[in-house]
Amino acid sequence: MSEMTQWITFALIGLGTFAIRLSFIELHTVLRIPPLFRRALAYVPASVLAALVLPAVVFPDRHAGFDWMNPQIPAAVLAALVAWRTRSTLLTLVVGMGVLWALKHWGL
Amino acid sequence: MPYNSGTQAFRQGAHNALPLTSGIVPFGLITGVTAIGMGLSPSDAIGMTLLFYSGSAQMVVMQLMQNAALPVTMVVTALVINLRFLMYSASLAPHLGQLPRRQKWPIAYMLSDQSFALCTLKIGAGGLGQHAYPYYAGTAITMFFGWNLSVLAGMYLGAGIPEDWSLGFAIPLSFLALLIPGIRNAATLGAALTGGVLAVLAADLPYNLGLLTGALGGITAGLVIESWKTPQAMPEANSEQEAS
Repeated sequence: MSEMTQWITFALIGLGTFAIRLSFIELHTVLRIPPLFRRALAYVPASVLAALVLPAVVFPDRHAGFDWMNPQIPAAVLAALVAWRTRSTLLTLVVGMGVLWALKHWGL
Repeated sequence: MPYNSGTQAFRQGAHNALPLTSGIVPFGLITGVTAIGMGLSPSDAIGMTLLFYSGSAQMVVMQLMQNAALPVTMVVTALVINLRFLMYSASLAPHLGQLPRRQKWPIAYMLSDQSFALCTLKIGAGGLGQHAYPYYAGTAITMFFGWNLSVLAGMYLGAGIPEDWSLGFAIPLSFLALLIPGIRNAATLGAALTGGVLAVLAADLPYNLGLLTGALGGITAGLVIESWKTPQAMPEANSEQEAS
């Protein structure tokens, strides 16, 4: 890919992403948000975040299949418990990474 | 708890976002390391980071560049991954849409998963009122500097970070820390379970469509459970929201 094509590609992605982010913030007086869409928005964070988290946990390597012995699964389960009890981001990260390193270190 | 001043709301936003940077810093470092490792010049890597301001899109595009994919594939894939911002934009629009353009455009550019999640949690708890803009700006500016500085640091570290630190796992963990406190009832739980399971089942779909499939399935599940739970109360609850 030439330098020129590359920058045009980057610029298109940047502009497109900005347009998506701006969309409703800019046009919300013109574009009325339908009531069903507004109700649906309440479920966006839970759905999107779960859809980001679960595949990333169970498939550490995108091209490999499902593996019960994958140490990310117990690490994520414990981290989820910590998040539920403490609501602390930092503790969740510390426990999740700690469990993962421990499991990998002892070769489980 | 409403804030007394805009400054206080801005500081609180920045304060709430700070622990979340620990989730993006490792991702930023890896993005910087990968960019230099695959042979991008520092100016290309910095330009890409600033233009996209989207780590997942950047990682995917770098992957596609290594596979010598067509530019049009890169643009389509990156924008599909970023479609979720459409939903974030719609959900924040009632609180940020009335601002003048010189404020609206920069904050739209800085919209991120983390700022969105923090703001919707606060707005859901009824704690922002007129200070939605400074609170949001506090979260957004913190995430913006956290992200760009960590990519820059990654570029300088080059290949110095060993692969076996598994730092990539910090990304799903930080999303998990945002997800769990947001689950407050059967409907949000159903949305999360459906979204997660569908995304796993659909993980092999091309162009990251698994993420969109999971998200749409989760939202539908949430709406369905909501209508089972409160078949009568729904319209009333809605009209109250409309009036306020």
